Amino acid sequence: MSEHAKRVRFLSGNEACSLGALAAGCRFFGGYPISPSSEIAEFLSGHLPKIGGKFIQMEDEIASIGAILGASLAGAKSMTATSGPGLSLMQENLGFGMMAEIPCVVVDVMRGGPSTGNPTGPSQSDVMALRWGTHGDHPVVVVCPASIKEVYYGTIDCFNYAEMMRTPVVLAMDEITAHMREKIEIPAPEELHIEYRKKPAFKPGESYFPYQPGPDLVPVMADYGQGIRYHVTGLNHDKTGFPTGNPEVMEEGNRRLLEKIERNKEKLIKYEEYKTSDADVLVVAYGSTARSAKRAVDDARERGVKAGLFRPVTLYPIPDKALEAAASKAKRVIVPEMNLGQYIMIVERVLGHNVKLSGVNLVNGEPIQPSKILSAIVGE
Amino acid sequence: MPMDYFEYLRKDKMPHIWCPGCGHGTIVKSILRAIDKLQWKKDDVVVVSGIGCSSRTPGYLDFNTLHTTHGRALAFATGIKVANPKLHVVVVAGDGDSMAIGGNHFIHTCRRNLDITLVVYNNNIYGMTGGQASPTTFKGSRGTTAPYGAIEDPFDVCEMAKAAGASFVARALDLDAVAMDRVIVAAMENKGFSVVDAWSQCTTYFGRQNKWGSASDMMDRYKEMTYNVKAADKLAPEQKAGKFPVGVLHQVQRTEWCEQYDKLIDSLKARD
Repeated sequence: MSEHAKRVRFLSGNEACSLGALAAGCRFFGGYPISPSSEIAEFLSGHLPKIGGKFIQMEDEIASIGAILGASLAGAKSMTATSGPGLSLMQENLGFGMMAEIPCVVVDVMRGGPSTGNPTGPSQSDVMALRWGTHGDHPVVVVCPASIKEVYYGTIDCFNYAEMMRTPVVLAMDEITAHMREKIEIPAPEELHIEYRKKPAFKPGESYFPYQPGPDLVPVMADYGQGIRYHVTGLNHDKTGFPTGNPEVMEEGNRRLLEKIERNKEKLIKYEEYKTSDADVLVVAYGSTARSAKRAVDDARERGVKAGLFRPVTLYPIPDKALEAAASKAKRVIVPEMNLGQYIMIVERVLGHNVKLSGVNLVNGEPIQPSKILSAIVGE
Repeated sequence: MPMDYFEYLRKDKMPHIWCPGCGHGTIVKSILRAIDKLQWKKDDVVVVSGIGCSSRTPGYLDFNTLHTTHGRALAFATGIKVANPKLHVVVVAGDGDSMAIGGNHFIHTCRRNLDITLVVYNNNIYGMTGGQASPTTFKGSRGTTAPYGAIEDPFDVCEMAKAAGASFVARALDLDAVAMDRVIVAAMENKGFSVVDAWSQCTTYFGRQNKWGSASDMMDRYKEMTYNVKAADKLAPEQKAGKFPVGVLHQVQRTEWCEQYDKLIDSLKARD
């Protein structure tokens, strides 16, 4: 077998995500079974112990995210995987991770909701829960892949972003992306770019401020057990990590959490543009829906309608400038999504009310067919 | 040489938030004496807490310290211990934190038998939020959410721990610091999950609402409500009825989680 053939695999999204995590250096997984994400836990329960990594099945999703945050403080790159109901349970500790600036990756395989909803059907209904689910103003980074290759690299990106920004990052797949299979060539480790959190050098006697922002507004992070003893809390804290009630320090700290993402967002934003340069009708779609949208764009062009597709890979931070540019000539913008209109609110905010905006929405557990998007494009 | 508490305390974080008469400080000192006795290196100790009066402990201690969300300390501690088994992980929690909102994590951490020591500062009340009834509030005792007296039966922390599989279970009272020292040292020495139900009077909320009097009055009550487990055989059933045993109540040899996991890693290596 040639080297190339060995590395070509036929994988599901959940498998590609697991392999991407391992390639990114994930050495701790804590999780709780939930459809349609369970294959990730299953895969990693087999693979992590083989390479000395840790897998632990927790008692619920609250414990799962607690455990991965703890593991990260002890120095491990860590991950959990879940779906809507589990994501709801994780929200408080997700906020803790954002507040205490602890890197980790949460995979959310979106299924129908609300509540138990449609456990095995696709959906994109967590898009707002991912943005605003936990209480308080908070920084959010969410990556939404549309192919198996993109799941693999997107998972690595999530780990990189988490390490770079010192914050939890979410990989949001829909059930279709998680369960479909595609060919992927697994790269050699040396072909990958892997980020590691900045750690303070150990110098006895020197002060370490765990929340002193660096030039990129991200503080350097010591591992528990590294030899630097420090305090971590979900309370508002100053640069030392200890609670504060000082209004100025609280204001500055809360603002920095958002500002650190805003200032570095060009490093975190990925998107795809397809035939947008002359598009009269722009489709904005993400995840598996974008695959239907791409077909619809081609079909519309065959009918003489200049359509284009803007596909955010990074849902948050919002690729606002790129979206604005892509929509600059568009008379109409269409946002198909497997929910009742969530990312369309973002698109509306970016593009203002100057453009005619409409959604194509489906919440019945079926994917959005290209024909449905085509009808919206050609105005049938 | 007598130990210097300030070797382990973050002096600049004093004064602490606990009320006069509260037993929490006694428990903290006992934990510090145990760590000192075991000669644990400060850099290797992690103290994890949730939310509540007891959970302010880590902020005062010069270790790696983590003040998490309400009830979730054991989940975070599990991640820390599993990721780096060399660390000594101590969890401090209140009765509300560990028995109510964190109850599920409590029973499953007992079941897993990770080498973690949990000290439950049990004052039978939610102190931080103003004296509401907790899962260990005695039946008939008052809380601000049980103005006519609690109508529910309380949890017994030790019975819960035993039933769920903790390999070391003990009860200690803040009125007997020497006994508490012995118990906490033994808990920390146990290679597995250890639970210490450490009683601590809350004079401000429990004491006042229930007219139990001053801190020393409350300690007298504790004495009346308990018996030494070592004397259990000599006591008639009626002398023990409705009372709580104090001391080491349960200890069994069980494989610790990380050791079990290491065996798994080794067996997979052998298979290759």
